[in-house]
Amino acid sequence: MLRVEKLSTEYPNEYGQIVKAAQDVTFEVPEGKLFTLLGPSGCGKTTTLRSIAGLERPRVGEIAVGGQVVYSSSKNIFIAPNRRGFGMVFQSYAIWPHMNVFQNAAFPLEVRSKRRSRKEIEEQVMRVLRAVALDHLADREATKLSGGQQQRLALARALVMQPPLLLLDEPLSNLDAKLRERMRFELKRLQRELKLTTVYVTHDQSEALALSHEIAVMSEGHIIQIGSPRDIYERPRNKFVADFVGTTNFLDGVITAIEAEEGYCRVRTEVGELKAYAADTPRVGKKVALSIRPEDIELSEERQEGVNVWQGTVDAKVFLGEYLDFQVKLKERLLLARVHPSLKTPVGKPIYLRMNPEKCIAIEEPAASTSAENAPVAAVAPKVQSYAG
Amino acid sequence: MEAVDQSTTLDGRSALPRRGFDFKWLIIGGCVILVAYFALIPLFFLLWQSFFTPQTATQPAVFTLDNYRTAYSSSETIRLFLNSLQFAIGTALFSFCLGTLLAWMNERTNTPFKSLFFALSIIPLIIPGVLFTVSWILLGSPKIGLINLALQKVFETDYVFFNVYSLWGMIWVDGLHYSPMAFLIMTAAFRSMDPALEESAMMSGANVLQVAWRITLKLSWPAIFATLLILFVRAIESFEVPALLGLPVGIQVFTSSIYQAIHHYPSQIGLASAYAVTLLAITTVGVYFQSRLSSQGSKYSTMTGKGYRPRPMDLGPWRFLTAGIFILYFLLIVVLPFLVLLWSSLQRFYSVPSWAALQNLTLDAYRFVLTYPTMTQSVWNSLVLALGSATIIMLVTSVICWIVVKTKIPGRWLLDNLASLPMVFPGLVLGLSIMIFYLNFDIGIYGTLWIMFAAYITRFLPYGLRYNTTSMLQIHKELEESAAMSGASWGTTFWRVILPLLKPGLVAGWIYIVIVSIRELSSSILLYSPGTEVVSIVIWELWENGQYVELSALGVLFIVGLFILVMLAQFVGKKFGVKEA
Ligand SMILES: Nc1ncnc2c1ncn2[C@@H]1O[C@H](COP(=O)(O)OP(=O)(O)O)[C@@H](O)[C@H]1O
Ligand SMILES: [Mg+2]
Repeated sequence: MLRVEKLSTEYPNEYGQIVKAAQDVTFEVPEGKLFTLLGPSGCGKTTTLRSIAGLERPRVGEIAVGGQVVYSSSKNIFIAPNRRGFGMVFQSYAIWPHMNVFQNAAFPLEVRSKRRSRKEIEEQVMRVLRAVALDHLADREATKLSGGQQQRLALARALVMQPPLLLLDEPLSNLDAKLRERMRFELKRLQRELKLTTVYVTHDQSEALALSHEIAVMSEGHIIQIGSPRDIYERPRNKFVADFVGTTNFLDGVITAIEAEEGYCRVRTEVGELKAYAADTPRVGKKVALSIRPEDIELSEERQEGVNVWQGTVDAKVFLGEYLDFQVKLKERLLLARVHPSLKTPVGKPIYLRMNPEKCIAIEEPAASTSAENAPVAAVAPKVQSYAG
Repeated sequence: MEAVDQSTTLDGRSALPRRGFDFKWLIIGGCVILVAYFALIPLFFLLWQSFFTPQTATQPAVFTLDNYRTAYSSSETIRLFLNSLQFAIGTALFSFCLGTLLAWMNERTNTPFKSLFFALSIIPLIIPGVLFTVSWILLGSPKIGLINLALQKVFETDYVFFNVYSLWGMIWVDGLHYSPMAFLIMTAAFRSMDPALEESAMMSGANVLQVAWRITLKLSWPAIFATLLILFVRAIESFEVPALLGLPVGIQVFTSSIYQAIHHYPSQIGLASAYAVTLLAITTVGVYFQSRLSSQGSKYSTMTGKGYRPRPMDLGPWRFLTAGIFILYFLLIVVLPFLVLLWSSLQRFYSVPSWAALQNLTLDAYRFVLTYPTMTQSVWNSLVLALGSATIIMLVTSVICWIVVKTKIPGRWLLDNLASLPMVFPGLVLGLSIMIFYLNFDIGIYGTLWIMFAAYITRFLPYGLRYNTTSMLQIHKELEESAAMSGASWGTTFWRVILPLLKPGLVAGWIYIVIVSIRELSSSILLYSPGTEVVSIVIWELWENGQYVELSALGVLFIVGLFILVMLAQFVGKKFGVKEA
């Protein structure tokens, strides 16, 4: 449905130098699916989205929607944004303050070259307003809407012309936490019901995991991994993805042996040896970083049977309501484990850790990245997510 | 500032009288009285005078309605009123359209060299109105105007193509003169708009014209109307163009009528006041609605997202046309006026450019100007007045502004309005009011530099207030509170915390006031006396004497001097982190 190929977009900065905001971005979105661009602030998500919209003109690349090429540097095609017919929700919502709710939503129908009757427009607008539960506010001035209502109006305006493609730029980031959760469900329901092909931009990993059929993780203008939410979370291909999506423990290690079972290997780390899963073909002697999610570390007071069992001591505990965070000390390293609050082992007491080999991901370190290798890896404490735009 | 707020100290000094407290109210009270004195009293005397006969040595002033009767009973008055409106509306519309077109080209299109153009857009602001008008007389007068002569030569006729001595000529010259202001205001309006509002219209399928008409223009409507009003007010109070272009051919507007009534023998101050009150009423209504609209406009600007610039529109080959418009505009507003002054300054007697005239270039005019008897004195006066009033205004308004923005003192809105009041005074009307005041209330400053000082302070007070308010709003209250918690008195806090934080606004406002003070003519012209001339007055005198060549030389020196001053100020301003000067 949507095909983006080798897209690169650049900006001149204040000093006239070139900022490579998106580089070599390639992905495809099948009909009716929700595809998410996920990454920290400034990694080029908005730039990619605006390039698809036609609001930015990329330097090179090709973009096609439903078989029609809307941009191609080699064929010198550039279709103006107002002729692409995509729906878009802006981060600021961009609700026109001089129109009321109905007028805002009716605008896309009114400016189309294809003329519609008043009645036809009214029917369509009311239908879409009903879909976002704003029909009772049709005559309200747009400036008098709450944040959530503005967000739904922006969505209605993007949907009213039944676009082949819906583009959403951090549509939930301006809402408060409770509302954000609710709108997340709303959005998902609407997208699934109407089978809208959607490109969704966010820096919030839980939003991405909750909504998407497929996620592309971006960093510094590049896409580093594309996969289903489960793939991205459980099988990160590099440290950046493992670190950015969710919370994780990193352990430096070296592959000491290859297991008979496909994809598994043994890794020696500073705190002990364990069996791990490697996505790339593992080779003995290779340096790897092990990523183990806190919820994948099972804790128990008695020694359990099976592989990957270590002993440590409880260093600190944090009660978080639905779960309990344990910091467990192994030699000089701290590991974070997330367990059910029923576990009551006191601080200072010994405790056993067990890790499912399938959930211990050995990530190959790129040979060139020196800083990551030499840095004392202490990624143990829960990471604070950044909420910058 | 050794005064410490005693109530916060614990070391026994709290028994002392609260000196910090007194000091604060002294400063605040002083500023309030100063503002009231400058802004209100002249207004009162103007109103008073318009209902009284002039006071002379032999006759006291008596109540009369004759001034208004004379002013309004003649059919001339209707003409005067219509002329003024036509002139002001025409000027406002012309400068607005021109300024908006330029702002749009500069902000939203990919016209080549536009950043250079923006940098140059400050230059027209430097050229004083009187010089701009004179240079356009040299360019567009029916007999000696270079544009006419050139066109007549090309088409071999003696048809007059362009006549500045007409209502349209006045609108042309004044409109050009105010177009940079329209350009700057509309540029700011375009910039303050969230580009996503336009982009989302584009994504909805609207084409360029639909976006411009249904979104950009409709959204800017409050800004547009406010700009038109302020341009209208500026035009109706402008003095140089009506006096130099209108009076010789009998096209009278309010300002020129006031001037004539005063220079009539014997001078008809009462009649002038009657005209002035009418003019003041018009400008008051204009300024009132303008400020209403501006605050209403902020209702829209609250819905902005992150401040990125939209991708400029690709005009394709049309961008050479828009670049051409920039160049033509710059020619009309800076290059041609300056060149014609330069040419005439190098002549012995004014003559149009020709081969013969080129042989006779001379620097005599410059020699004349530099040895002109009142020259040194007037330059000194201009500088003293400009630097002095800029400094006092910025300091006083910083206190006013602090009261208005940071305190909850009841009645502070009154103070704000009081300090903004001079905005409605046309320069000539202000000059007249101050003249009347100090004629009737003789404290010995009439005929000295002090009276002009008073006029300048009053006239430019609102500018200082505006610059200070903008930066005061950005100072977080806690910065001040933490100074108080550290034990600083109000005076110390103001001096050590507020003023340094205000610096960008202070410096920018100071520079602006220095420039407009140096160009000032319309108030000074009623207040100067021998020995207190300023440079713009000398230019005016030279014009009245018919010394065009000498005037041109002085004009060239004046423009170059101001240009250097502005460059210097910008350089200094950059060091202080000032974005615009
Ligand atoms: N209009 C612009 N002009 C110059 N640089 C820009 C512009 N928009 C974005 N950038 C730069 O491009 C990079 C990517 O920005 P963006 O796509 O907005 O990131 P994200 O949406 O992922 O936060 C950033 O470094 C940003 O500073
Ligand atoms: Mg973004």
